[in-house]
Amino acid sequence: MTLEFFIGHINYWLFIVLMMTGFYIVVSAGNLVKKVVGLNIFQVAVFMLYISIGKVTGGTAPIFPTDRMGKIKADPEIVYSNPLPHVLILTAIVVGIATTSLALALIVRIREAYNTIEEDDILEIDARTARAENIIHGEAMGGRA
Amino acid sequence: MATASETPHIALTLRDHLPILQVLIPLCTAPLIVLLGDRRVAWGLAFLAAMLSLVVSFLLMMQVMDGSFISYHLGGWAPPIGIEYRIDAANAFVLLLISLTATLVLPFALRSVADEIPARSHTLFYACFTLVLTGLLGVVATGDAFNVFVFLEISSLATYVLVSQGLYRDKRALSAAYDYLIMGTIGATFFVIGIGFLYMTTGTLNMADMAERLVGQGDNRTVQAAFAFIVVGMGLKVAIYPLHLWLPAAYNYAPSAVTVFLAATSTKAAVYVLLRFMFSVFQPEFVFDTNLLLWILAPFALLAMFAASLIAVFQTNFKRMLAYSSIAQIGYMLLGISLFSVTGLSATMVHLFNHGITKAALFMAVGALVLRSGNTFYDRIEGMGRVMPLTGAAVVLGGLSLIGVPGTAGFISKWVLVQAAFEAGLWWIALLIVASSLLAVIYMWRVVEILYLHTPHPEAIHKEAPLSMVIPMWIAAGACVWFGIDTSLTMGAANTAAIGLMGGTDGMALTPTVGGLLGNGH
Repeated sequence: MTLEFFIGHINYWLFIVLMMTGFYIVVSAGNLVKKVVGLNIFQVAVFMLYISIGKVTGGTAPIFPTDRMGKIKADPEIVYSNPLPHVLILTAIVVGIATTSLALALIVRIREAYNTIEEDDILEIDARTARAENIIHGEAMGGRA
Repeated sequence: MATASETPHIALTLRDHLPILQVLIPLCTAPLIVLLGDRRVAWGLAFLAAMLSLVVSFLLMMQVMDGSFISYHLGGWAPPIGIEYRIDAANAFVLLLISLTATLVLPFALRSVADEIPARSHTLFYACFTLVLTGLLGVVATGDAFNVFVFLEISSLATYVLVSQGLYRDKRALSAAYDYLIMGTIGATFFVIGIGFLYMTTGTLNMADMAERLVGQGDNRTVQAAFAFIVVGMGLKVAIYPLHLWLPAAYNYAPSAVTVFLAATSTKAAVYVLLRFMFSVFQPEFVFDTNLLLWILAPFALLAMFAASLIAVFQTNFKRMLAYSSIAQIGYMLLGISLFSVTGLSATMVHLFNHGITKAALFMAVGALVLRSGNTFYDRIEGMGRVMPLTGAAVVLGGLSLIGVPGTAGFISKWVLVQAAFEAGLWWIALLIVASSLLAVIYMWRVVEILYLHTPHPEAIHKEAPLSMVIPMWIAAGACVWFGIDTSLTMGAANTAAIGLMGGTDGMALTPTVGGLLGNGH
């Protein structure tokens, strides 16, 4: 692996770094909002991957030149970048925004119900509820739960 | 052969537009519900959309039963440039399951939702419900890889909302929905990374075109990475055993009607996508020779069958028990895939349908019990089979089908699966299938014993569930028996689907045999 190869693929290396950073935050963060931040970084990394795919060496922006009448004058000599991945990513960005807003809305409701947004506290409250249920409903069934 | 300029204009009938109508009807209904903003109208519209979807998917099924397929070009743009909807026996079968379940769940939901969710949320609830339906139908109908992701997210986002609606009964629905959101999004993002890698290699998003270009790319590292990402991403949605953690909480705390719909359809649609990618986009040979998937997928499937069933045995809540049982049943479907034969795939396809209707019947019974007993902890539903004879009998029928007793739908799928195991020469897998069914006997018998051999709980309402719940429940329970005796529809469709899938790229040939007229018209 030469230095040239490494630098030539710099966006792909960064994609991996960003993706793993985001993924790590999702898994390790205890705060629900931080998890969402991690999820965002994770998704943005994917946007970067797609946008990198669209780049064609020596390619320019994929806009056909037009003459004064507005008619397209396609020049087969010009190399264009691939616009399709960019369009796909527009869709993925919208999906990402929807996911983030829904997650934040859920966090608001979780805070109202649990009075905390720390995962450990929520797990503890849930475990306590489950233990109480086991005592009520489990003992009647022979103490098992 | 006539060129496009010689072809006379062919007027399109509604019949030619069925593939897009399948998705479009619920998609347009959802905003309509929100705009009208009346909860009575909301339910009516959602039910109308579900019924129309059912009619459409039935018509589609009839067209492709013979093994042909319909290729619909969106906006008249021919694939691979344009988006293509492609209906063959495999997805028509899943479409039928999804729209059938939606049509059954909505009448059931009327009372169940009124009981579990405050009236002000009903309009948005039904809007989200139709969105889930749209997403699931779209995921299954489309022949475009990126379209799968978009529809997957439409259905998932609406599902998270629906799951969180359980908060009026138990606040843990919120944390369940949040966990599901995090894991579901990771799954979908993995999936989209996989599609990105495939696009890098093939330069196309059309699944059929992709399949043709992937021939002979088995050694390509990018293709292998794409395969791994897609399987893990979809595996999260399917709830393959080690990736199942979101499922028990989401099923348990979601409103009853939502659980019925999710359990019967959403994991099934994900199984279908997994099958489609494994067999139609990647080559079956690629999947099984180079990756030894049998030795990765089969152990997880077996683990699911035993571990999840064992956990189900020790539950004290009927609903939660059924959730774990679902994880175990997904194991059977994966086992069918991992056996890698037409019989194995038939078993997967037919179990997908049979388990869908079985779980629909059982979770509807759960909803009816919740309505009368408040919850489904075993000590609360004691003796309820005596005061709710119809619901109790539906539980028994559903339970028999879950176990796989002859004469029920569950028997058919397990029978085919055992046959596939013998065909592959793996007799010990056949034994394990039977052994894990015995675990199902234990956990189902426990419920039956509690429902019938105890005196009813004094705080429960001692009354049969309303007819609007009992009738859909009995249609589903009746279907468990019907499809256990008359297997021509289910086995026929599953066989055609399995042969098509095992055909690999041949099953995805670009030249359509039926339809495909849209590109020619002028």
